[in-house]
Amino acid sequence: MIEFLREVLAWYTDPAQWTGRNTLPEMIWGQILLAATSLAVAVAIALPIGLYIGHTGRGAGVAVAMSNIGRAIPSLGWLGIVYPITTGLLQRTGHGFLPGLIALVALGIPPIVTNAYAGLRGVEPDLQEAGRGVGMSELQLLTRVEVPVALPVVLSGIRSSAVAIMATAPLMSIVGADTLGTYILAGLALSDEVEVFAAALLVVFLALMTELAFALLERRLTSPGLARPDAGATLPQRVFGDSPARDAAA
Amino acid sequence: MREGQPFFRVDWVIENADVLARRIGEQLVITGIAISVGFVLSFAVALLVRRYPRLYGPVLGATGLFYSVPTIALFVLLIPITGLSLLTAEIALVGYAMVILIRNIVTALRSVPPEVLEAADGMGYTPSQRLWRVEVPIAVPIIVAGLRIATVTIMGLVTIATLIGMGGLGYLIVNIGIKQRFPTATLMGVALVVVLSVIIDALLLFGQRRLTPWSEARSA
Repeated sequence: MIEFLREVLAWYTDPAQWTGRNTLPEMIWGQILLAATSLAVAVAIALPIGLYIGHTGRGAGVAVAMSNIGRAIPSLGWLGIVYPITTGLLQRTGHGFLPGLIALVALGIPPIVTNAYAGLRGVEPDLQEAGRGVGMSELQLLTRVEVPVALPVVLSGIRSSAVAIMATAPLMSIVGADTLGTYILAGLALSDEVEVFAAALLVVFLALMTELAFALLERRLTSPGLARPDAGATLPQRVFGDSPARDAAA
Repeated sequence: MREGQPFFRVDWVIENADVLARRIGEQLVITGIAISVGFVLSFAVALLVRRYPRLYGPVLGATGLFYSVPTIALFVLLIPITGLSLLTAEIALVGYAMVILIRNIVTALRSVPPEVLEAADGMGYTPSQRLWRVEVPIAVPIIVAGLRIATVTIMGLVTIATLIGMGGLGYLIVNIGIKQRFPTATLMGVALVVVLSVIIDALLLFGQRRLTPWSEARSA
């Protein structure tokens, strides 16, 4: 066991991983680039949809159906469906970035839509009424009241999506995308357990870092009023709920 | 896609019905083992948590950490210990199933109304009688809901196990569909995963209705 771990350590420092083709920095950077681009596209598509459904309440059935389909179709399935189409369109094979991107975007959309929807639905109706009462337009109501209050839920959807994308990105090397999966697949093909293990450790590390980065981001972006330990989701209720004082006034 | 070949070839599907059936069988066996072993272990852990509630925090922490390990990494990290075997795949899959099921079974058992527990105690049930005759039956609908989520999730993850040589429907998607650039196999693999998921989901729901006829009577 010790001997094996020593070999894994040696793999990281082996010049073969640092010079020539398929170097470690290339693969790590490739995976981060693929995951970040996929997340950006997924957010750009899913967030407006989720916010629209959450704000208007229209199309909720579609959102639920979408997330169920998203769960049932495995990410490898998306990859397999997209791959022949992109190679057909681009008239070339082996370049895995585009099919990988599309498969990861498909994987990343459902959690963002469902959380944005659920987050906005969870905003107290009293708050919306108050916003309209002070003369906010629908857009102002959405951006200044609903989104800030629902932000923790919306962001946790983006975090699930980001972690799932980063965790699945290595599989995209099946169609030739540059990720750490390149080493895992090559290692599996050659029964090189050391290479497989060393690359897998880095895959775990990248996924955990993604989780951590988004957890920190959530904490930074959440309004201090919502972040108070005694407040959370009950804040609107405390402010606008049926407090004894207000009851007496009424 | 190879030149001059239609996107979907029905004749291939018909000719290879036996191959498809074998892959479906593998998929079901791998999923079935993961869900049943995962369920038994999760139930045991949930009972422990019921007895010692303070364990729940650490249990949730451990399973949460486990869940954030990417599937492909978990499959291959075990290879140096358990080799390219079904055991390797099942350890990972059982673990993922437990992440979903433990939380779910604990929630289900805690959802039993306290007045029901009191009534059972008042009627002189022993703790184990109360568990098996009152708490578990009332928890069944929520437990089955968790099983349905776990099954769909595990079905998807099993397709990745083809990378460590376990076959299943992932073999159609990856080894034939993508590697030999034959979209028919991929589409069949994906369609079969979805269809099997829907069928198992329906069976679980049917089983739950049979086990707890009162839950239907109440909602009707």
